[in-house]
Amino acid sequence: MRETPLSNCEREFILKCIAQHKRLDGRSAYDYRDIRIAFGVSLGCCHVELGKTRVLAQVSCEVGQPKQTRPHDGVLFVNVEMSPMACPSFEAGRQSEEGVELSRLMERCLKESRCMDLESLCIVAGEKAWHIRVDIHVLNHEGNILDCASIAAISALAHFRRPDVTVQGEEIRIHSMEDRTPVPLSIHHFPLLVSFTFFSQGKHMLVDPSEKEEKVMEGKMVIGMNKHREICTLQVTGQMLLLKEQVLRCSNIAVTKVTVITELIFQALENDKQARLKGEKHGFAELVSGEKITSNKQPVTDVPVSQAMEESEEDGSSSMDSDSEESESFTQHASEERKVEILAKGVGMIGDGGPSKWIDLTCDDDHAESKKSTKFKPELIELDGESSEEECQVVLDAS
Amino acid sequence: MKVCVGQVTLPGDEFDMSPLESNKKIVVGPGLAEFEGMIKIIKPGILRYREPATYWIDSHQKRYVANKGDLVVGIVTQKVGDIFRVDIGSSEQASLSYLSFEGATKRNRPDVKIGDIVYANVLVANKDMEAELVCIDSDGHSNGLGVIRSGGFLFQSSLHLVRKLLNPNCVLQKTLGKTFEFETAIGMNGRIWVRAQSDIQTITMANAILASEHMNNVQIETMCKKLCKVASKMD
Repeated sequence: MRETPLSNCEREFILKCIAQHKRLDGRSAYDYRDIRIAFGVSLGCCHVELGKTRVLAQVSCEVGQPKQTRPHDGVLFVNVEMSPMACPSFEAGRQSEEGVELSRLMERCLKESRCMDLESLCIVAGEKAWHIRVDIHVLNHEGNILDCASIAAISALAHFRRPDVTVQGEEIRIHSMEDRTPVPLSIHHFPLLVSFTFFSQGKHMLVDPSEKEEKVMEGKMVIGMNKHREICTLQVTGQMLLLKEQVLRCSNIAVTKVTVITELIFQALENDKQARLKGEKHGFAELVSGEKITSNKQPVTDVPVSQAMEESEEDGSSSMDSDSEESESFTQHASEERKVEILAKGVGMIGDGGPSKWIDLTCDDDHAESKKSTKFKPELIELDGESSEEECQVVLDAS
Repeated sequence: MKVCVGQVTLPGDEFDMSPLESNKKIVVGPGLAEFEGMIKIIKPGILRYREPATYWIDSHQKRYVANKGDLVVGIVTQKVGDIFRVDIGSSEQASLSYLSFEGATKRNRPDVKIGDIVYANVLVANKDMEAELVCIDSDGHSNGLGVIRSGGFLFQSSLHLVRKLLNPNCVLQKTLGKTFEFETAIGMNGRIWVRAQSDIQTITMANAILASEHMNNVQIETMCKKLCKVASKMD
């Protein structure tokens, strides 16, 4: 089915807003949408929501022959599925140009960054090795599938456990899950992709583009990075010229973003582990709220006035959505600026209010630490991108 | 299961005809269909009734199905000879003749570009045919229909929200109108075009409209009040 066309009216309006440093959903230029990471009951199943974009990653393993060129290594296979469910313009079975680019980037991010120790997957050199397969399913497309998919894939890999194997002489024995505790994959680092979109000849730049912004953009740069500030992948697409300073600036922003998101993944993994240990409820069932008929309810929509809102007497949020409890607790958080608060184990909220220091590299670490607070709801991690970016500059100095 | 007016229905439920008089004529609306002498429900939603005898299912839906007489907001995607192809959000594109604009003649063609948005009336909507749009009424006047080319912003909402906005009892537009001066075109296909005095106001309005989907009138008023206070500080 054909895609909904973008009208001139939308295009002009979006570009005009970007030029005025405004975005339709009220974020500022370097803000991510809310990130929610949830794990399934089965190991190696991860569901990530980035705003309304949803991606599900599932890791599976089987024993097979290693590649002839690399007899001592296991095999990692990455597969990206874009079903028409995510967006009517995606076709089932056939990969579009966009799909090819996406799966190639995911492969580069996971395989070529050597984030996983493939040698540990070898059982008998040249004969038997584990084949690890990551299936990434795009469930809903609301822009920036790439970042969402990379978070889902690496979280799923970190969550996955493979059955234990013992080799005695010629005999290879694969232990069942009950027999022996399954072993985690050895992951050296967490490479994550961060996309930057450019508008008006690279003059304006946005992080985490929405679907409409992606349609309007002139070019895109994707940086794959881990929290040790090592660049794993870098790709520039589109017809535009980028200055050296812009690339550097982007990589600096990527550093902060990656630190925050990695922290978030660790927290989600830890929460899931604790829930499993204690025998509490875990898996996707916890993600779905029992709102039944109101599940179509709109989440809190913020008008791009976060700063003015804090000044207003109503405690610092537009509170458009007056009936949901979640939004009320959110409102309370917003007023207590950057206060670390732990209500219960479960949800971490990062980047709630306060001046942003995205570009300032010196305060990376305390920035990530100080902006954390926890919220009630198991196994949901939320990255709130609504910081009132006072120091944030949208215009890149083109000179 | 037999259902009555106001109940939540599921596909396969049976419409309860027993309280009706035996030879009374009723109008069967969307979501209801006749099967072997019974009226069955074919959509999940709420059964609604309106005087004198119309029944339909009110459900959450995003895909538009063209209906004769609806006012829709479409996007021009193609020019083919004498007609424009217009995306109205339904499964097929609709056609719009270049002569069906106010004051258009064979010599005086209307100025329509690809990507423009048009506010139009659905003239022909049949099951197996392409929908046809017009931008004039039967007297040849535009009556507000035609190409919209004065800035503003277009966004998509659910069909349910559009029906809610157009309901005379809905207070949203009146409440917003107290603070903002705005122009709007609401299409039955779920597309809403808004233009307020400034871009901030336009974004605010778009967000307000989308947020009002599951609110009642009192909540809408509170939300608008808060929003207007905030927006007035911004300008």
